[in-house]
Amino acid sequence: MNQTKTAWAFLAPSFLGVIIFVLLPFGDVFRRSFSETITGRYVGLDNYNTVVHNEAFKQAVYNTTRFIITCVPLLLVLSLILSVMIFNLGKHKDLFKTSFLIPMAIPVSSAVFLWKVVFHQNGLLNALLSKFGIEGCDWLNTKAFPVLVFTYIWKNLGYDMVLWLAGLNGISSSLYEAAGVDGANSWNKFWYITLPGLFTTVFIVTVLSILNTFKVFREAYLIAGPYPSDDSIYMLQHLFNNWFTSLDIQKMCAAAIIVAFVVVTVIMILQQVDKKIGGEE
Amino acid sequence: MVLPLWFIITGSFMGTGEFQSNFQPVLDNTTGKVSWPLLPVYPTLRSYVELLLDSPKFFVVFWNSCKQVFPSLLGQLMIAVPAAWSFARFKFRWKKALFTLYIILMVMPYQVTMVSTYLVLDRLNILDSHLSIILPAAFSTFPVFIMFKFFKSIPESLIEAARIDGAGEWRIFWNIGIPIGSVGILSALILDFLELWNAMEQPLNFLKTKSLWPLTLYLPGISTDKAGITLVASVIMLSPALLLFLYGQKYLEQGIMVSGLNE
Repeated sequence: MNQTKTAWAFLAPSFLGVIIFVLLPFGDVFRRSFSETITGRYVGLDNYNTVVHNEAFKQAVYNTTRFIITCVPLLLVLSLILSVMIFNLGKHKDLFKTSFLIPMAIPVSSAVFLWKVVFHQNGLLNALLSKFGIEGCDWLNTKAFPVLVFTYIWKNLGYDMVLWLAGLNGISSSLYEAAGVDGANSWNKFWYITLPGLFTTVFIVTVLSILNTFKVFREAYLIAGPYPSDDSIYMLQHLFNNWFTSLDIQKMCAAAIIVAFVVVTVIMILQQVDKKIGGEE
Repeated sequence: MVLPLWFIITGSFMGTGEFQSNFQPVLDNTTGKVSWPLLPVYPTLRSYVELLLDSPKFFVVFWNSCKQVFPSLLGQLMIAVPAAWSFARFKFRWKKALFTLYIILMVMPYQVTMVSTYLVLDRLNILDSHLSIILPAAFSTFPVFIMFKFFKSIPESLIEAARIDGAGEWRIFWNIGIPIGSVGILSALILDFLELWNAMEQPLNFLKTKSLWPLTLYLPGISTDKAGITLVASVIMLSPALLLFLYGQKYLEQGIMVSGLNE
């Protein structure tokens, strides 16, 4: 019938924009990744070779992977515990939720100023540690990695908590009641009802949390600049930004294709895992 | 969690002297320990006066942020709402593939599309202008996804009934879709506001002229001896976001929730 025509009429402005601003230029990037920027000559996999053997790239990939592997599981577990606690809370639910969401509203630069006050050699954290007789250190310049992990958790805890809460709301309360009648304790209930009930949520929370790890670049950049002195936080975001500053188009194109490929692959793998586990339930 | 907020707000009321004596050890690397009292000892509005009355540049920057964020949101409204409606209510060829494409684009880190965006902005000759921030943001696929979820939950029978009454597709969209889906539209806009208001990467990469810079880039540039002003600027910058929390937390939460719902 006419459905297709109407559907396209509604979709057209958005899709045209996506074509012009994303698909066509990305196709261009794909083409450029196989050629020399100035002459446009086809060079095969040369650009990819340069990127893969680039020391900065290797380090950035290592650090980014390490950051994601450290942060995401930590955030998932912490936010899940938090959401279960809040879910079972009678009073003041909203107050708690608001306070965990507040970090989303705090501007990056203000957070960075606070971090300086807290994590500086003369900062609040070291002052606190010295009270317990522990020797502090210059956190921002020597322990930037844990500071950044902390930042990420602080910022995303509320977001993930709300995602889990959505999942928890979807679990039928009659299941819990039935288990209660059968004499299950709260740990049993959590293990046999809550966790299996959250399987479908896990996938999307993981994907969104991984995506959000890329945004810590803002804090990292403001604290330590484009070339952090503590190079454990030199990540892909720094690399892209620095290649951009020097307009290294060839390398950027090849690297963008590689990262895009990895992102899509990771999503597909997670989706398959999700289907497998979810399917067995 | 909320302690940082408290610190920023109370800090903004500290006078220069108090500020210096509290934060000197951190700001100038001198010896001694930093301290942050829970309440300023001598609260003053000095920094507010200095920023709001004596820093005309601040208004330019604030206005820049508004000029970049609000047209982006308006653009999203005009572009994403009908697109989400299309995905949610119609059956057509390629729909599944297209929607998957939208989701993939939604989760792509900015760094992946940065060079392609740069190339197209360069081709269109709008680098180093507000448009270079607005246009890519307006076509973001994220709001499409959020609104899609809400539109999808409108019962088909309601729309069938309208069709039988002879309402055209446009009227159904306008009179049923938008009012019922307004929660979703608001949710998406609030999430996007928070994102755009704090955006740093795009202006850093696409705006060379400093007079076009938004608050996110201006704030870190204030010299450390004027850190008191930074805090006031922070308070002003976070207040719209805070207002959204006060009045729109329900929408914000629902927006986050649907971003996590599987189909």
